[in-house]
Amino acid sequence: MSTVDAWRGIAAEEVEEVPAHWSGLLRRRTRRLIASLAAPHRRPLTVIGVAILVSNLAAMAIPFLVGLGIDKGIAGVRRGDYLPIGAITGAIVVCAFGQALLYRVFVAGSGRVGQEILLELRERVFAHFQRLSLAFHERYTTGRMIARLTSDFESIESMFTLGLDTLVNAVLSVVGVGIVLLALDLPLGLVCLVGFIPLAFLTRWYTRESTAAYRVTRNAIALVIVHFTESLRGVRAVHAFRRQERNDEQFQQLSEGYRQAMTHSFRLLGIYWPGIVLVGNLTTAAVLLYGGLRVIDGQMEVGVLASFVLYLRRFFEPLAEVSQFYDSFQAAAAGFEKLSGVLDEEPGVPMPAHGRPLPAGGLAGAVSFHRVRFAYRDGPDILSGFDLEIPAGQTVALLGATGAGKSTVARLLARFYDPSDGEVLIDGIPLSALDAQSLRRAVAMVTQESFIFSGTLAENIAFGAPEVTEEQVIAAARAVGVDSFAAGLGAGYESDVGKSGSRLSAGQRQLVALARAFLADPAVLILDEASSSLDAPMERLVQSALKTVLASRTSLIIAHRLSTVEIADRVLVLEAGRVVEDGPPGRLLAEGAGHYASLHAAWRESLM
Amino acid sequence: MARRGRGTGASTYASLWRLRGFVRPYRIQMLVMLVAAVAAVAASTLIPLVLEAVVDGPIGHHDRAALVPMFFIALGLGIAEAALIVARRRVQAVAIQHVERQIRDDLYARLQRLAVEFHDRWQTGQLLSRATTDLSTIRRFFGFGAIYFIVDGLQYAAVMALLFATYVPLGAVVLVTTLPVIWLAKRFGSGYSLVSRRVQDQQGDLATITEESATGMRVVKAFGRAPLMQERFGTSARTLRLSSLELVRLRARFWGWLTLVPNLTMAFAVLVGGIAVAKGSLSIGALVAFASLLVLLQFPIIDLGWILSMAQQAATAADRVCEIFDAPQVVADRPGAVPLGRAKGRLGFEHVGFTYPGSDRPVLRDVELVIEPGETVAIVGLTGSGKSTLAALPARLYDVTSGRITLDGADVRDLELDSLRRHVSVVFEEPILFSMSVRENVILGRPEASDQEIADALAVAQAGFVYDLPWGLDTRVGEQGLSLSGGQRQRLALARAVVARPSVLVLDDPLSALDVNTEALVEEALGRVLQGTTALLVVHRPSTVALADRVALLHHGVLAAVGTHHELMERPEYARVLAVAKDAGPVR
Repeated sequence: MSTVDAWRGIAAEEVEEVPAHWSGLLRRRTRRLIASLAAPHRRPLTVIGVAILVSNLAAMAIPFLVGLGIDKGIAGVRRGDYLPIGAITGAIVVCAFGQALLYRVFVAGSGRVGQEILLELRERVFAHFQRLSLAFHERYTTGRMIARLTSDFESIESMFTLGLDTLVNAVLSVVGVGIVLLALDLPLGLVCLVGFIPLAFLTRWYTRESTAAYRVTRNAIALVIVHFTESLRGVRAVHAFRRQERNDEQFQQLSEGYRQAMTHSFRLLGIYWPGIVLVGNLTTAAVLLYGGLRVIDGQMEVGVLASFVLYLRRFFEPLAEVSQFYDSFQAAAAGFEKLSGVLDEEPGVPMPAHGRPLPAGGLAGAVSFHRVRFAYRDGPDILSGFDLEIPAGQTVALLGATGAGKSTVARLLARFYDPSDGEVLIDGIPLSALDAQSLRRAVAMVTQESFIFSGTLAENIAFGAPEVTEEQVIAAARAVGVDSFAAGLGAGYESDVGKSGSRLSAGQRQLVALARAFLADPAVLILDEASSSLDAPMERLVQSALKTVLASRTSLIIAHRLSTVEIADRVLVLEAGRVVEDGPPGRLLAEGAGHYASLHAAWRESLM
Repeated sequence: MARRGRGTGASTYASLWRLRGFVRPYRIQMLVMLVAAVAAVAASTLIPLVLEAVVDGPIGHHDRAALVPMFFIALGLGIAEAALIVARRRVQAVAIQHVERQIRDDLYARLQRLAVEFHDRWQTGQLLSRATTDLSTIRRFFGFGAIYFIVDGLQYAAVMALLFATYVPLGAVVLVTTLPVIWLAKRFGSGYSLVSRRVQDQQGDLATITEESATGMRVVKAFGRAPLMQERFGTSARTLRLSSLELVRLRARFWGWLTLVPNLTMAFAVLVGGIAVAKGSLSIGALVAFASLLVLLQFPIIDLGWILSMAQQAATAADRVCEIFDAPQVVADRPGAVPLGRAKGRLGFEHVGFTYPGSDRPVLRDVELVIEPGETVAIVGLTGSGKSTLAALPARLYDVTSGRITLDGADVRDLELDSLRRHVSVVFEEPILFSMSVRENVILGRPEASDQEIADALAVAQAGFVYDLPWGLDTRVGEQGLSLSGGQRQRLALARAVVARPSVLVLDDPLSALDVNTEALVEEALGRVLQGTTALLVVHRPSTVALADRVALLHHGVLAAVGTHHELMERPEYARVLAVAKDAGPVR
């Protein structure tokens, strides 16, 4: 293990290699995806196909017309008749314009279809990423998702811009010339076709090798992207701890991995392409020898051999060009393969398209956990047989040490994950029976990281509630104290809070996140460490806002600072996934000896 | 959306030309590629000639003996052509990929060293698209476009010379037809480069939205707002598609016109040449030769279509890449900066003012504060009072906009950046962990730290939980590894600063996610560390203030008061900030 690998440390499931017997499966899946993307464009594809076909025929007609001009036109001029040469010239001009126009139609048309397919695939993959559960994303990581949606598409796009017409050209030439060759002289024609046997083997070899090679490049570039985005996102720490040089080393290793992968795929084409050229040239030489002997033996006309030799060139040259197209197709196929893998991933937390209807008067917000068992991936059970009833409108504070399962309870309630056993219900409806929109009305959660999206401050506050008015945005902002700094941002609520809110302090970001949650107006509100970075006056302001907001609402609050807990109707203390204390804060304090009482005492002390 | 570095006009090739330095080490390989390409073209042109000679010669004369050597010549040429392609691809595979890699590595290195202020402005997606998509565009140009531009140019010139040799008047006519090609190319070039730049910028925007929706996934899920993100992404993707279609249309038009030129020339040659032959001023053989030469001429013209598209895209891509290389290094070593050997750790703020770039509202004004070696000063203030900004200044994450910060009397800007940051460690309010082992995350600032030192630092930060992770200190944490809770992350970030053994420790609300018990333990241990270290603490809670010898109250960017906790308790605004007034504590 190199040093850089040692730095990266050990993590479970690094395996991205594909077992050999999966290859066929992957190719089928990829083919299915490509077919489904191309299907709606059958008509334009036909038009494009016809355009390039006719354009090619027009191009082929030109040499023929030139010959005609030389034979008939000149003779006409000699007779003083300029009509034939004029007509022939005219015909060439018509062919030239026709060819140019149709070629343009082809380039524009195939480009358009390519872009439509890219757009459709982009939206499909993005939508699927959104559907996939957090458990998937935690495993897959943001960098890989970015790589899929950027770099893989790049490989596909370059296939569309890189001469689809060479393919059409080649098919035309090979079929046309093949027929001509067989018609000219059957034995010699068959000799030419023998050349296809090594070509078939060569292509089979190249397909196998390049599929594997491009698969490696996709993985390699993803690693580069992952490292790139992660280290630039954490650039403050990189600077503060002078991490640049070691990062350079690590990046260079990944970058070198990508280079080697690319070089390898380049080399494969560097064998395949000249391989085709070689087969063509060898066949030509063989034809020359065999045909020459046949001519000498009087079994064939010399003119036939001459045509043969000239035609052979037009037979193999397009094939050599196709090899380059095939190369970019293979690169794109690796991208398709990755994307089809994402699309095939079953959403771990699937939402029904049409969920159970919500009650007419809206949800009351009674929450129950019923014999819930849950573990992260292969880890031990965090919760098992967990039962909890929260009546509608109750404010519950969840306490406990790190790892006790507080956040897990919150995430299950927000349906970030589904329990492996048991059910989480709201008003008796299992969360899994709600569609996306109902779930959004039912539950919203303010997480530990208060993420700010690019856009204005107002847009960020209204993030969870698309239909609110500006007044509502400002009211929510004022309730939690966002207005204290909004004015200072320059353009008030219309200020661009920019790249992940880099100009806002952690406390300010938390306020925005809280305002966002209040405005979303869900039946159940979850606050997971949502006020940890606030200063005391802000926290008190938030508390009083919470009192109003939570008065008629079920809520679950996780906080280390007990000041937040003060407004709770009920305190739950978790320990190793079990509720060890449960009751109104006042009563738990009065009893004196419990966890909550001791936590509270410590906290009081910390205030002095 | 903050859009930076948008293209303003048609690209010239200046940026691409600047990148030639990356190609220079491979100039021999480039030459080999060129020669091999020319030779392969020559061989492939020669083969039909040999074949014709064979057909006309030995076969025509029924000369069985002469056939065999000719067969071997054809064979030899055929093998030579293939071998030349192999050679060129081999060289290309190595050289061009190295060039791309080198630019990428340099770009990354540069980005890492650009100041935080730069990264506040630039979207990661825009940077990423430069390091991936743009670089492959540039690589393709150097590997194919540039080579074939020269090969085709040579071929064009050679054929043109042959045309002239055949029949001067027609040659002159053909030469004239070059003019519309040049005119077309010029017109196409400027329009294409504008759109090409737009497409590349929009690719960056799309990458940005992708990055944002990936990193903000939890919030999107928490509020069920996937439809919104889908809409944003869709809008951006559709905008990109529109621009890409514009590129497609431009290409289609240009390529269409290009193919027209040689064919019309051919029509003209047939007309004029045919009449000339009839009038006896040209032999029919010469006309046939002329026509077949004209066919050869169309390949370079048609190739010009994709070569020019590729070149324009590479030129705008190079512009985008050069924008990074050209971005000013605002926080960098001044000329004559001196290394800081051993620091006592006297940190001085002298009339310090700070305004974020692009803003007219100062965040800090005239801050005067001296922290003596070994002293701990807590900064207390309301949200938005400028505490975090103040904490970012000593390590020069930003540079002050007025006044100066001194370490042991020297302006921090006169010290070598690297040595300054070795002496000043910062713990951010939001802990940043990288996808690396626990150990590597902890020794980030001091890779030579011993196991004992790591253990001590982990003990101070109450981060003993790391020993229970599946692979202990070797467990990878961060996004690609094991996910840790907010409190666990904070403790690792704290351990990281402690292990760096800085002269000056800056802690920006580093314990916010800890529960009270852990916090108390950390504070107790931290107190011992702070004995011999100058420290600047941004705090929200009275318990943490207890660690400080003195407290500075920051109010709207101005230092309102400095004194001990007890002295400041007299001031109502101080008590209010820390919520230690009589009504603060909940009494039940």
